[in-house]
Amino acid sequence: MSWLIVGTVPREDFPLYEGSCRLENDHLHFEERAVAIARGTPALLAAACIAAEALEIEFPRVLLAGDIGRGTGSTLIYRHLAEKIHILSPELLVYHYLQPDVDWHNRVHLSTEGLECKPLLVADAGYMYVAKMSGFASCYDLFTPDAGELAFLADETAPHPFYTRGFILQEEDRVPELIQRAYEHEDASRFLLVKGSCDVIASRAGILERVGEPCVESMEPIGGTGDSLTGIVAALIAAQYPIPQACSLAARINRIMGLLAKPTPASSIEALLHTLPQAMKAVLSPTAGDNG
Amino acid sequence: MFWKKIADFTRGVVGAARQGDSRPGYNRSDKGILVFHHTSEVIKAETLLREAGLDVSVKGPPPDLRTGCDLVIEFFLVAQLKIAVLLDNARITPLKVLPLQNLLLEPVSLFHVKDFGDYLMVRAANMKMTIDKTDLRIVNISGGGCPDVPYLADSLVGKTLHEAPPPRSLGHTLCGYALQLAYEELLRKCPG
Repeated sequence: MSWLIVGTVPREDFPLYEGSCRLENDHLHFEERAVAIARGTPALLAAACIAAEALEIEFPRVLLAGDIGRGTGSTLIYRHLAEKIHILSPELLVYHYLQPDVDWHNRVHLSTEGLECKPLLVADAGYMYVAKMSGFASCYDLFTPDAGELAFLADETAPHPFYTRGFILQEEDRVPELIQRAYEHEDASRFLLVKGSCDVIASRAGILERVGEPCVESMEPIGGTGDSLTGIVAALIAAQYPIPQACSLAARINRIMGLLAKPTPASSIEALLHTLPQAMKAVLSPTAGDNG
Repeated sequence: MFWKKIADFTRGVVGAARQGDSRPGYNRSDKGILVFHHTSEVIKAETLLREAGLDVSVKGPPPDLRTGCDLVIEFFLVAQLKIAVLLDNARITPLKVLPLQNLLLEPVSLFHVKDFGDYLMVRAANMKMTIDKTDLRIVNISGGGCPDVPYLADSLVGKTLHEAPPPRSLGHTLCGYALQLAYEELLRKCPG
């Protein structure tokens, strides 16, 4: 399946880039440019590349631009997508850190809806926020929120997680109720992968699966562990796994990656990703005896 | 020219307030909002007005003003002239000045705190900041979805709470603002 990952790089000098990427020496390489993994979209891309290699599928194509929060790079990306999506025409489109902008989102959405073969749509981070705010959440196939972001999806009035109303408590034990509320207001995608101490996979029908083991508590503060999960699930979908199964496997792989890395709250995602190939093998080929 | 700007500023608020009076269910208010082109201008203006001792607060805009990642500044109408002078001197121009119509959203005010032994994590809305309790060094930043989050993390991780620049001085978005709240809560908990 052809797949395209769309996001931003936290540098002002990174131009609009559409093309291939490769992972080498803990850096992502986009032709002559190298970017550290750190967190954000580069962390998602690194996880996606490692997973793609393990799954023996094509690496993702990428559409990136530099953006440090002013929205300039995001606007370049939105414009490029609105004008060129019919040429890019991926079968799977993964959206990540973009400055939320409803007007631009809707232009991109209209262009995507006009495609002969509509791609599978996965959204995380800023693009998930704007997809919900636009009122088109139900047109997406997968959102990957954490507990705080799920509360935002469940609050039909909130345009951003910053404004989630206080009575919608962002506690993990209220996840089932928040999922139901998000679907009631059409503010959720076809499937949800809620990241937390117990990952929850859900659809409009309710909770499909919970993945709570192994539990590595110190992963929660580590920036990029949610990005890696989204990267892994995207690779599994690109490898033709059905979305609920891809979510379930990705949740287990991400957890085993953490378990093998033995992190502290001060660890980096870069260090954790070193154990991703082993975690992929442990979950996808358990008979090899490498079960983490 | 300068006084014309102030007169326009005042007229904008008063005119809008008069229009608002005639609406059914309109609640008279002694507050107004300043709307800016970009969230980073809101953050700059809020800093400036607070430093000048004005009672202002940052809120979410009413539905017809939202674009996706927005903040507005709520202020007491009685202070509008002083605000006009301060903003003009700083060359910050609001896009609109409107009376409050009880449509503003409240930012989150609850913090989630998690103790990992040697480390302490605070979450505000969707943003988490974690410090090493022994030296107050910021060891991780996670959560969020706006593009300044990875940039802020690159700039802050590795520095102590006291040597790191406040997130609001580098951030441009609501996620950056939420990180500021987590940072302030950590400073309250660990004054050093």
